[in-house]
Amino acid sequence: MYPFLVFVLLLLNWVAFSGKFDAFHLGLGAFSALVVTLLSQDLLFSDRNKSAGDRFAEAGRFLRYALWLLWQISLANVHVFKLAITGSGQAEIAPKVVKFKTKLKSDFAKFVFANSITLTPGTVTISITGNQFLVHAISEATAQDLATGEMERRVAEVFEPEVAV
Amino acid sequence: MTTEGFTVFAGAALFVLMLPALYRVAVGPTSFDRLVAVNVIGTKTAVLLVVIGTLFGRLDMFVDFALAYALLNFVASLAVARYLNRTRSMPEKKPAKRRAPRKKKAKAS
Amino acid sequence: MSMDVSDSFFGGFSLDFGFLAEASAEITHSGLSALDVCGMILASVGLVFFLGAAVGLYRFPDFYTRMHAAGKGDTLSSLLILLGFGLITLDDFSMVGWLLVVKLLAIVLFIMLTSPTSTHALMRAGYEDGVEPVTKRSPSTKNTKKEGES
Repeated sequence: MYPFLVFVLLLLNWVAFSGKFDAFHLGLGAFSALVVTLLSQDLLFSDRNKSAGDRFAEAGRFLRYALWLLWQISLANVHVFKLAITGSGQAEIAPKVVKFKTKLKSDFAKFVFANSITLTPGTVTISITGNQFLVHAISEATAQDLATGEMERRVAEVFEPEVAV
Repeated sequence: MTTEGFTVFAGAALFVLMLPALYRVAVGPTSFDRLVAVNVIGTKTAVLLVVIGTLFGRLDMFVDFALAYALLNFVASLAVARYLNRTRSMPEKKPAKRRAPRKKKAKAS
Repeated sequence: MSMDVSDSFFGGFSLDFGFLAEASAEITHSGLSALDVCGMILASVGLVFFLGAAVGLYRFPDFYTRMHAAGKGDTLSSLLILLGFGLITLDDFSMVGWLLVVKLLAIVLFIMLTSPTSTHALMRAGYEDGVEPVTKRSPSTKNTKKEGES
């Protein structure tokens, strides 16, 4: 099932980017997508044991998470704007480096969590070694926001519902 | 304000706002500062390509350029970051750390 | 034609856009539609956020804090400007117009994915290279125990 899913995704990408719908170009796209699928279909979707229903549920939850993330990104931009332009923002800058451990297990969940940390207000991921996160926070308040672990809970709800709760 | 006028204004504003980043490229204290600024300029160039495409009325063509440019920008900054990481932190640091205590010993004795 | 454009670009900003208006007349018609206005507003907000990122890049004290400005200011401003120009261009709801918006969304998605990743790579390179983070002794960090005073 998974190779077929990869093939369909690649073909959809081809159609969207080429914008031509005659038989020649579609055939070329199908051929290319087939070759790429045969050569390297194992690079996408690392965990192949999940059922299709699980995948769709996960995609739905991820979409809701993405909307929340978009809101957080807007907040982060307003925060950076405030820090850069206003005098009180300049005074607020007091960077510190924070270390903490995460409960997330899969690499993809960690990747999403690290990127979310970078995109939300005042924190940027420096490095991940094992389950140890090293995060640079621009002020004390943002470091405390991170310490509440709300985002980690949200990421865990999306990708590892059995870990959350 | 017409759409053409606004498009010219947006392009000019993007260009002007690249100047602080260019300043950071010129005087940034560390090489990483320069790299960050180059990354920002690259992302904004992709956006500027879309603006220019709107101006010419050929957005269907310029959008492909912008996509390719964003891709190349990402690969370039990642490659340079990895390069600086490998070359600096692996061979040169340990001798530098060893040298420091030796000097202290020389001063003490 | 390209020579004309570069000449007029570098000869000051009092431009005569007659030929450009002709060239783009087939996509953008002369009057302002609601979509145009929405697109202009989105793009303007994006420019404002990009101003924040640029000033932050110029004013912040050290490498790590500049990284904050670059990594965050890049994503949302790119998203808003690209979507804004997508709306400005999308006047006739034809197949070509929709494909254009899909491609713009692909660029946006790509920037959203790659900007944090390259930020992360640069941060790690800088940290392992030994760039010292500035830790300013401001009242909000160091006086957590003596809160009664401040």
